[in-house]
Amino acid sequence: MSFPWAKVYTPEHPFMKWMDERLPLPRLVYNAVGGGYEVPRNLNYFWNFGFLAGLCLVIQIVTGIVMAMHYAANTGVAFDSIEMTVRDVNWGWLMRYAHANGASAFFVVIYIHIFRGFFYGSYKAPREMVWLLGVVIFLLMMATAFMGYVLPWGQMSFWGAKVITGLFSAIPLVGEPLQQWLLGGFAPDNAALNRFFSLHYLLPFVILGVVILHIWALHIPGSSNPTGVEVKSESDTVPFYPYYVAKDGWAIGVFAILYCAMVFFAPNYLGHPDNYIPANPMSTPAHIVPEWYFWPFYAILRAFTANIFFIPAKLMGVLAMFGAILVWFFLPWLDRSPIRSASYRPVYKWFFVVLCLDMLVLFYCGGAEAKEPYVMISQIAALYYFAHFLIILPIVSAIEKPKPLPFSITESVLGKDEDAVLAPSA
Amino acid sequence: MAEEDGVRRRDFINVAAVSAAGVAGIGVVIPLVSQMSASADVLAASTTEVDISSVQTGQAIKAIFRKQPVFIRNLTQREIDEANAVDVSSLRDPQTLEERTKEGKTNWLITMGVCTHLGCVPLGAGEGEPRGEFGGYFCPCHGSSYDTAARIRKGPAPLNLQVPDYTFTSDTVVTIG
Repeated sequence: MSFPWAKVYTPEHPFMKWMDERLPLPRLVYNAVGGGYEVPRNLNYFWNFGFLAGLCLVIQIVTGIVMAMHYAANTGVAFDSIEMTVRDVNWGWLMRYAHANGASAFFVVIYIHIFRGFFYGSYKAPREMVWLLGVVIFLLMMATAFMGYVLPWGQMSFWGAKVITGLFSAIPLVGEPLQQWLLGGFAPDNAALNRFFSLHYLLPFVILGVVILHIWALHIPGSSNPTGVEVKSESDTVPFYPYYVAKDGWAIGVFAILYCAMVFFAPNYLGHPDNYIPANPMSTPAHIVPEWYFWPFYAILRAFTANIFFIPAKLMGVLAMFGAILVWFFLPWLDRSPIRSASYRPVYKWFFVVLCLDMLVLFYCGGAEAKEPYVMISQIAALYYFAHFLIILPIVSAIEKPKPLPFSITESVLGKDEDAVLAPSA
Repeated sequence: MAEEDGVRRRDFINVAAVSAAGVAGIGVVIPLVSQMSASADVLAASTTEVDISSVQTGQAIKAIFRKQPVFIRNLTQREIDEANAVDVSSLRDPQTLEERTKEGKTNWLITMGVCTHLGCVPLGAGEGEPRGEFGGYFCPCHGSSYDTAARIRKGPAPLNLQVPDYTFTSDTVVTIG
């Protein structure tokens, strides 16, 4: 869909006309990310992170395909094949570190993208489907990242695989057979490594497919904006090309500086030294933790140390960890406030800040050793996390008195709509 | 199929065709799902013979069973007494030492070396490793402590260290699996 004032694709070159009548792909691109897509004029920098997430996916697919050219998914040689890639393959070190740090960059970008959604109410009608597909993408990303981390077959790879597939054994009755089915054996071994590689190669393309649906669903109502007020007239929008193409280009520049700083100067900062020890099924490293992007959820997993009624602590932890993400699926219906942007929600705004702090506490506890006081802190933080979504949000959205909204996007930018006529945005 | 039954020839063909396609669909899914289960070579490695003649009293060895560690411990009399002194009903996973060992061989404690919490290898089988405050095994990952009968006493693990199926083939050889 697009707004009535959006520019219409009109091919001029005879070849483009010929093409447009047979396969209107250029028309599709023009209407999706070109001059034909009208975007609110007041987007702030937080709106760059959707584009950056797409860039990260491309980086991961390109570097990943290169890594697959040099990698061998066999427990006997997997570890060495990664080391050989880094030491012997031309530019192999660059590809490996770009891929490993690319995963971290992807999660940094996606967390900002998700929290942008929390603050500006991007999940609300009519964009629920955009949000739901986004949560699906996040789950796929987590699965992909986990399986990718197993492939080097170091100590952290092996024990990560063991612990994470061990989560499934907590499921009553079918848990043990399910875990053995997932691994193709009784413990992580060659069968598991091979299938993880196969799926690690497949899932990014599944993500790509869901990303296309995510963008498709987004382009039906069009992008939201920091005021949360819907587009009313032509003066509220600017075409994606050239305005946001230029702005996203600027974002690439900032992103590339930070990303390259990690890749070239601290490529192993986010990794674990133990993963440079080949996998040893007979000995567990003293302190096993997942990659940093799983820490908040890992803290929730470990917060359950005692049985609750008849549910064992282990199963409870697993349910809570998955529940912490699954609750996002219900967010559009838990938050009943018709106001999208937290800028106009004086109470919710502060609970959003508390949620961010709560996530940081969980993040810290998830990376710490499982001992007091971290266990108790993560219990409190996990409790608050669920309370935010299941109790605070519905109550706040029912009783909160929002601030007055601007009449239009143009008014929020220029003071009043009449100015737009006197001083057109171009 | 007469017209007056309300069932037309076309309805029958429709139901038959869709049913056949459904059965065929299940036939396709079964091998696709089943191929992920443990393969024959993995299952073939699921018994292990261990010679325990050299394990002295108070010593433990690690064997490999299904690619996972097995702890074989020759308990001292003191460890046996400690395990028997515990009030079984106070345990998280109530079991006596007798139930966890073979008759007449209560000094041979054979368990998986896999913590029942999330699958780490507990410490305590090797020389000089910490054995936790209950003198059995100690898992460094999340602090589960097991007693001298490898029963869970403290920490997040829900169950005692699993006792695999095994038989004494002779006085000095056990077959696990």
